[in-house]
Amino acid sequence: MTKIVAVTGNEAVANAFRQIEPDVCAAYPITPQTELMQRFAAFVSNGQVRTEMILVESEHSALSACVGAAAAGGRVATATSSQGLALMWEILFIASGLRLPIVMPVVNRALSAPINIHCDHSDAMGARDSGWIQLWSENAQEAYDNTIQAFRIAEDMNIRLPVMVCYDGFIISHSIERIEYLEDEIVKNFVGEYKPLYPLLDVENPKSYGPLILTDLYHEVRKAHSEVYKRVPKVVLEVAKEFEKISGRKYELFENYRLDDAEIGIVILNSAAGTTKDVIDEYRERGVKVGLLKPRLYRPFPYEEVANALKNLKAVCVLDRADAFGGSFGPLYLDIAASLCNFSQKPILINRIYGLGGRDFMPEHAAEVIEELKDIAQTGKIIKLKEYIGVRE
Amino acid sequence: MATPINLKELSKQEVRFTAGHRLCAGCAAPIVVKMVLLAACDYPVVVASSTGCLEVSSCISTYTAWKVPWIHNAFENAAATLSGVESMYRALKKRGKIDKDIKFIAICGDGGSYDIGFQSLSGAMERGHDMLYVCYDNGAYMNTGIQRSGATPTFADTTTCPAGVVIPGKPQQRKDLTRIMAAHGLPYVAQASPSHWPDLMKKVRKAIEISGPKFINIFTPCNRGWRSRTDDAIMLSRLAVETCFWPLYEVEEGITRITVKPRDKRPIVEFLKAQGRFKHLFEPGKEKMIEQLQEMIDKNWERLLKEEEMTSPKDEGNE
Repeated sequence: MTKIVAVTGNEAVANAFRQIEPDVCAAYPITPQTELMQRFAAFVSNGQVRTEMILVESEHSALSACVGAAAAGGRVATATSSQGLALMWEILFIASGLRLPIVMPVVNRALSAPINIHCDHSDAMGARDSGWIQLWSENAQEAYDNTIQAFRIAEDMNIRLPVMVCYDGFIISHSIERIEYLEDEIVKNFVGEYKPLYPLLDVENPKSYGPLILTDLYHEVRKAHSEVYKRVPKVVLEVAKEFEKISGRKYELFENYRLDDAEIGIVILNSAAGTTKDVIDEYRERGVKVGLLKPRLYRPFPYEEVANALKNLKAVCVLDRADAFGGSFGPLYLDIAASLCNFSQKPILINRIYGLGGRDFMPEHAAEVIEELKDIAQTGKIIKLKEYIGVRE
Repeated sequence: MATPINLKELSKQEVRFTAGHRLCAGCAAPIVVKMVLLAACDYPVVVASSTGCLEVSSCISTYTAWKVPWIHNAFENAAATLSGVESMYRALKKRGKIDKDIKFIAICGDGGSYDIGFQSLSGAMERGHDMLYVCYDNGAYMNTGIQRSGATPTFADTTTCPAGVVIPGKPQQRKDLTRIMAAHGLPYVAQASPSHWPDLMKKVRKAIEISGPKFINIFTPCNRGWRSRTDDAIMLSRLAVETCFWPLYEVEEGITRITVKPRDKRPIVEFLKAQGRFKHLFEPGKEKMIEQLQEMIDKNWERLLKEEEMTSPKDEGNE
């Protein structure tokens, strides 16, 4: 039977970890991830899980230890935020290059400088091309559900790649929400027994991990590696289908919210999507045909499916909670623009940067964007292609 | 029963680091690796290496010189990586998925240990993982082309502190990593040299039988970087010990013991003159610099003798 609780996002993900019981878990404190690992450490201390915790001296070592533990041949998890993820950057590519199924919640937080502990997406966006699968989560329920599904996706024998589960720092990690927990046994059966692949601890069949490969074969190795990502969306959908059977909750590559007959639309990630959906409902009541697309599988990005969902709209605003400095657009905007660029029929696209360093995204911000999209749809004119919203004057 | 450390018995053991690796002719690193793995011959081992000469030369494309499970992650994280492997081993043992007695050994260069990997090493040792960390110390970043490291001896000529008109080689003192590791309060820390192979192998043997974190620093001549003859590696190792540049000692549970005391301590000049990296010290007017090095070595040796005396267990009955 499902259990309904009121918990924070971090607590929900810690509970998913307890139910999954990874063999090894490395942890280093960083706000706002800290509460997740503290809660999990308490499960370890109280004997509720048999996980070996490695309480490392940095995030660099946290992920390095996870690489060793995953290569050794067992289920591995860690978690981080912001500067911690930035410090891991070098090892992110090694974890994916070695095809190690590590699961890592990333509790999204702004990057320094100036130092700021609150939410934006600069951290995970900086790691979006590191070869990790990224699942993004609107609320605590999705963070919990995505964490459980992440182990199945990462460990799939056709994939064997590390997965980040992203959810918004403080807004989700520290807010108490209503959550439906699955039963322990159901989660355990869902993730199943870990299946090792070329484990280092098989001393009878020694394997070498981490070879030097130069100009003769590196190019071919990377080409072969790129092929693996084509298999990811199918597995993500298969896992989601099975998850629906145990939870009743449906997950896809992205959420399509009132988009089918829409003329204008918003593309937005994570918690701000919830606020936006409320505002869309209000506009719909007034007869405005507006919809929303919320990416879930952000890496590998389902370009074709996203393009098909958006190509018939008249105007779309991509809202980015991270900027790409140097005159470029927000990272999500670039992906949406790339999805649509080869279609002859496509919406006019604008890019708005919101919510950096924890600045609240309010319903009026969503309304402001919808009003602007209405004008663009009507006149076909763009006043500003890229702009910050919610800036204090 | 443990395999005795003698040539007759050891020669019957499988060599777990094979020929065909691409380390330079005259490099002492493969000698050290073979000695370490032979000393551990009674156990299955898993080895981790940091990026460096040994790593780039031992596992290239589809070839590997390692007949034991081996992992290379990055430059600065071999200790953290191996701590992950060792933790997984304990986790799987606890769940009854593995029953073998496996030993974990990191083998890394001085750059990956003294400098960039120092934090990772210190952290793994502090956490108490059951592993042996071996540093093969050749005193510079040899893989990238002989750049100075924290282990480079004072006045040595390297490509980033070349002996010039104004700066005469590396101006600073080398970092004493062995003492720093001893200060971590580890159950076993030692310094060894391939010239004294029974001593080296006994130390490795002792270390792997002790549970917890262990550290051994092994002197490893590099003929390319030291500008010495291809066949001088063992001769130079011996000179390093006999001049007390590289004393052979161990610190076991806080007790320091010098394992090889040179009968006649030889002057450092004998060690220096066999290496091109110290050639500039023999130019006229540089005599003071050699004297300075001799003073540093004498001071360290005296300190070590005192440490041995100070920590040696006293016979309580004679008080």
